Amino acid sequence: MIADRFKSLPLAVRILLWVLVGVFLFALPLLNIPVITTPDSDFGGVLFTVATYVLVALGLNIVVGYAGLLDLGYVGFYAVGAYSVAVLGSEHGHLPWLLTVPIAVVAALVSGIILGAPTLRVRGDYLAIVTLGFGEIIRLTAINSDWLGGNAGISNVPRPPSIEIGQIPHLDWSSGPPVVDLDTTTTFLKFGISDQIPYYWLALVVIAAVVFADILIKDSRVGRAWEATREDEDAAELMGVPTFKFKLLAFAMGAFIGGLSGALFAGKQGFISPGGFPLLLSILFIAAVVVGGAGNRWGVMLGAVVVAYFPERFREFQDWRVLVFGLALMLLAIFRPQGLLPPRRTIRAKKTDEKLEALEEGTTSA
Amino acid sequence: MSYLFDNFFSLTLTGLTLGAVYGLVALGYTLVYGVLRLINFAHSEVFMYGTFAALWAVMLLGGRSGAGVGSVVLWVLAMLAAAMVMSGLIAVALERFAYRPLRKRNAPPLIALISAIGASFVLAELMGLRDKLAKFVGLEVVLNNYVGRARDNAALPEIITPKPVFNIGDYAVTNVDILVLIGAIVVMVFLDQFTRRSRLGRGIRAVAQDPEAAALMGVNRDRVIQVTFLVGGLMAGVAATLYLLKIGVTRFDAGFTLGVKAFTAAVLGGIGNLRGALLGGFVLGLAENYGSALIGTEWKDVVAFLLLVVILLFRPTGLLGESLGRARA
Repeated sequence: MIADRFKSLPLAVRILLWVLVGVFLFALPLLNIPVITTPDSDFGGVLFTVATYVLVALGLNIVVGYAGLLDLGYVGFYAVGAYSVAVLGSEHGHLPWLLTVPIAVVAALVSGIILGAPTLRVRGDYLAIVTLGFGEIIRLTAINSDWLGGNAGISNVPRPPSIEIGQIPHLDWSSGPPVVDLDTTTTFLKFGISDQIPYYWLALVVIAAVVFADILIKDSRVGRAWEATREDEDAAELMGVPTFKFKLLAFAMGAFIGGLSGALFAGKQGFISPGGFPLLLSILFIAAVVVGGAGNRWGVMLGAVVVAYFPERFREFQDWRVLVFGLALMLLAIFRPQGLLPPRRTIRAKKTDEKLEALEEGTTSA
Repeated sequence: MSYLFDNFFSLTLTGLTLGAVYGLVALGYTLVYGVLRLINFAHSEVFMYGTFAALWAVMLLGGRSGAGVGSVVLWVLAMLAAAMVMSGLIAVALERFAYRPLRKRNAPPLIALISAIGASFVLAELMGLRDKLAKFVGLEVVLNNYVGRARDNAALPEIITPKPVFNIGDYAVTNVDILVLIGAIVVMVFLDQFTRRSRLGRGIRAVAQDPEAAALMGVNRDRVIQVTFLVGGLMAGVAATLYLLKIGVTRFDAGFTLGVKAFTAAVLGGIGNLRGALLGGFVLGLAENYGSALIGTEWKDVVAFLLLVVILLFRPTGLLGESLGRARA
């Protein structure tokens, strides 16, 4: 396993590798690497979209992967976040973006608790349809409510504050070997309209923070409680785990991260409308999590990249891409049923299962 | 409020016809869920293919408005046959290619949902790209009437002109309403009797109750699952025909919204419970109509979902409880 080999490296090397990966990710939109760069749409914008999907996948992974609750209406929290920013920053108040974000995430968190408190008592498959209904209710409310801008949506959403420090040049590959292109530059941290790269950087920072928090939580008592609840709710309850409380916590944290992602999206887009939050988006989010490997944070991030990036990269096959995406999902389900990067526990559980089976068959003397 | 009372009968009747369609599609969800504990997300596409098969059958036979009773009956029967065959085939193919490989590998339940979502995309897009696919095989000119403008609404020629037959209150009940309601009820009764009395129906209930015990008792599980999908598909075919007669247009993505509604109906009635699915369909159809009369049409879907949440809070297993196997032994 790559992960094991990575863990056996000396600490200094590990830190160095992390820094290298980080620098590469930050530099990615400037490098304009051929093949990877999307030919038909702005690469910075695509990377930002990918980053929001990654963020959403991390949040949904807490709900689906860790706590084992199927949420088919996750787009609802994303919409609550985005709408909070838009309503407070443009429609009914003129708060700056930075102030709206904390309110937006709290609003998403509260909506998660409001939805979760009554519904988390119903069993898994029912939860799926209730959450799906929640996502639709949010969208339809936004459409039908003039206070929320109705069908036309809300424009002039505030952007993150800019701190203009300097220009960073891009690379140009058009003449064979890459040369530094001093004419095409990105102003470091100018959150404008045309250049979307700074938004991507902002999203990367947020992702790093969320991943860090995710690592801490997963390895804590809370993370173990989620795992226990997911594997066997009754057994967990008997062992003294207040399963309902922990499920609600997972739901609220997922909502929090979904709202954060929505707030980022609204800040970059400058304009939101109900059409941007269809049910299909929830389905794509779920697909990202399961494709990547529910329960493994690196897996779901990879899944989000796959789900968000490939349709953009192959925009020239516009007509066929949904068809191909559907086929890919089916093939993946058949050939990699645990996801691209399954969580480590699954592998461990599999080994135990094999051992047990071998014992039952009586083929080993262990 | 007065609007609700003034139009009470018309709201009730349109609610019931819509509810009948929801209920028939919901049967497909509930049957598969009962046997496999799986949300067959692609069932909405099974329905959508049925609407197109029905439409094409009428076009092929040259259906038009104002024809005699004999040809109308022929067209409706042709629609029904085409839709049932098409939906049945799609449902069985779905089971064969999207679900059976997973079952053989003991995949986790969540991954079946992904496969279902994938299959749903593939089926909807194949229909939405039918003009391009026809071009591939060089038939776009011959088939233009059938495959042209693949992403737009496709309309059924008005083969039955809605005519008021009798009045309930101040609402004139049309022949189409009667046809849809009676058709749906006949099929529902037939299915109910089929699962209760026939050998295959017993097999379905046995597998739903306890797959392993059923297998030990000599029930061929794979066969039963196949039959379950087939029956669900046939019901969706009937629903597709009635839907097309009532609504008149279909689209490559028409299945999605209806599928969500039908699934809601299935859960509302108690998923896995056949009579529950029908009841859920009617309740949902009526609630939508009354609700939209009370607080505005644009809140129709919100009412539907709120109703679902409220019912699940008080009856966590739906109106009639979940049991394809247990009750009615």
